[in-house]
Amino acid sequence: MARLFDILGPTMVGPSSSHTAGACRLGFVVQAVAGGLPDRARICLHGSFAMTGEGHGTKLAILGGLLGLLPDNPRIREAERLATETGLEWEFHTCDLGEDAHPNSARFEVWREEEELEIVGSSIGGGRIRIEEIDGFAVDLSGSFSTMVVLADDIPGTVARITSLLASNDVNLATMRVDRTGRGGRAMMTIETDSDVPFVVVEELRNESWVHWIRNVHQLNA
Amino acid sequence: MIRSIAEWFAAAETEGLDLADVILNREAQESGASAEQIRKRIVETLAVMERAVAEGLETEEPSPSGMTGGRSARLMRSSPSFFGPQFTSMLARAIATLEVNARMGLIAAAPTAGAAGVVPAVLLTMRELRGWSTDDLVRGLLVAGGVGSVIAQRASIAGAGGGCQAETGSAAAMASAAVAYLEGGTPEQVGQAIGLTLQGMLGLICDPVAGLVEIPCAYRNASAAVQAVAAAEMALAGLDFPISVDEVIDVMGEVGRKMDVRYRETALGGLAATPSGQRIAELSGMSELVQLQRRGRTHGEDTSRFGPS
Repeated sequence: MARLFDILGPTMVGPSSSHTAGACRLGFVVQAVAGGLPDRARICLHGSFAMTGEGHGTKLAILGGLLGLLPDNPRIREAERLATETGLEWEFHTCDLGEDAHPNSARFEVWREEEELEIVGSSIGGGRIRIEEIDGFAVDLSGSFSTMVVLADDIPGTVARITSLLASNDVNLATMRVDRTGRGGRAMMTIETDSDVPFVVVEELRNESWVHWIRNVHQLNA
Repeated sequence: MIRSIAEWFAAAETEGLDLADVILNREAQESGASAEQIRKRIVETLAVMERAVAEGLETEEPSPSGMTGGRSARLMRSSPSFFGPQFTSMLARAIATLEVNARMGLIAAAPTAGAAGVVPAVLLTMRELRGWSTDDLVRGLLVAGGVGSVIAQRASIAGAGGGCQAETGSAAAMASAAVAYLEGGTPEQVGQAIGLTLQGMLGLICDPVAGLVEIPCAYRNASAAVQAVAAAEMALAGLDFPISVDEVIDVMGEVGRKMDVRYRETALGGLAATPSGQRIAELSGMSELVQLQRRGRTHGEDTSRFGPS
């Protein structure tokens, strides 16, 4: 939290970097991981998000993010109307995600084209976020890098295939994480890279028999 | 990454650069962006600051809570202007940005949304008085960014981390350093401006009424702007503060860490927990918060997990 444009910025619609800008980024990354605008979203707000979120436009910001708006887009204020017009069905709840959850956390259940995803994330201060869980798999995504999220069969050779494909396309790996705590026989891989992964690479991986789904999340502007 | 004001100033001396260029070069190195791209992004940030100030002064629409909105315009219209019109403008500009922020308008956090009024109020007003160019403002903002970055590492810039001293205090230190630098102050005087600013902000709590970034935030942004200019003026006159600037920043960090959680942006203490504050919270539909305030007051419960950040 000491980079120049974290201090001189972000440029954002008010009123709170954590409750508004961070909430919007959470919604944005959730729709990107879901592969685009969801048909339906059920969002539960935990802790301070639930307590003081109403006055901070947290719900509008999350909806705006789900619609693909970034924190500096003034249309976040009209997010409810825009969501209705685009056919996004949504509902908000409050919930308790437990003592260990960050005070500004949310759990998203999103449905898009017959697919359901459950994502847990938090707004960790100054507009920065962390996605902690996707469908029961532990992840650690900041949105500060270009990110590929891959649900794959848990078989040997998959990591090597991905890393060699990235290397041969001159994409530098920042972090890679594999988690198998979710459904049996599958692994969730999250790969953060210094530059965007070329579209063709994503398609090549999508065609692999062991890939269930793959999503490319663009870097959020700090 | 620069970890202390002393390290920053020493780097400027060894590298034969001025303070703004040290920050510009470091940012270019760390982000991979060119100096020109960084300057362009600062000009864009400055434009957001200017638009927010103008919108706040022009639009008198109240915020959803009704606590702010139209106050900056009223100040411009009705102030007795004891210290002249620019002083009044500076106060109004600080409040205006927070009024826009409360209405979910577009602002540039500097360093946070809750303290976003200070840097623009000071710099835009000083520009009128001193004829600074846009390039001057960019250089001033680089220096301000350097100050905020050191404070973020050594202490905190978040109300949840260190109270309001960490938010409006940091913003005032950033603004004061920019003024001292742009008015031709030596690095030593820039350091004195930061120290002289922060010594007057130490201990300030963060107690937002109804948990909203409005009251006292808007008025604290105005008083922090005054502190910033006062400190720059004293520093440029050669008045010295005998505690080193990095030590003052460390003290701010220490005070923040020891501050009761009620006073760190939880809205559970201070002005927020007064009967008046509770009435406003009730009216804004935050009865759950009011219950917590009452419980915390009678039983001294640990409420740390409800703190925003």
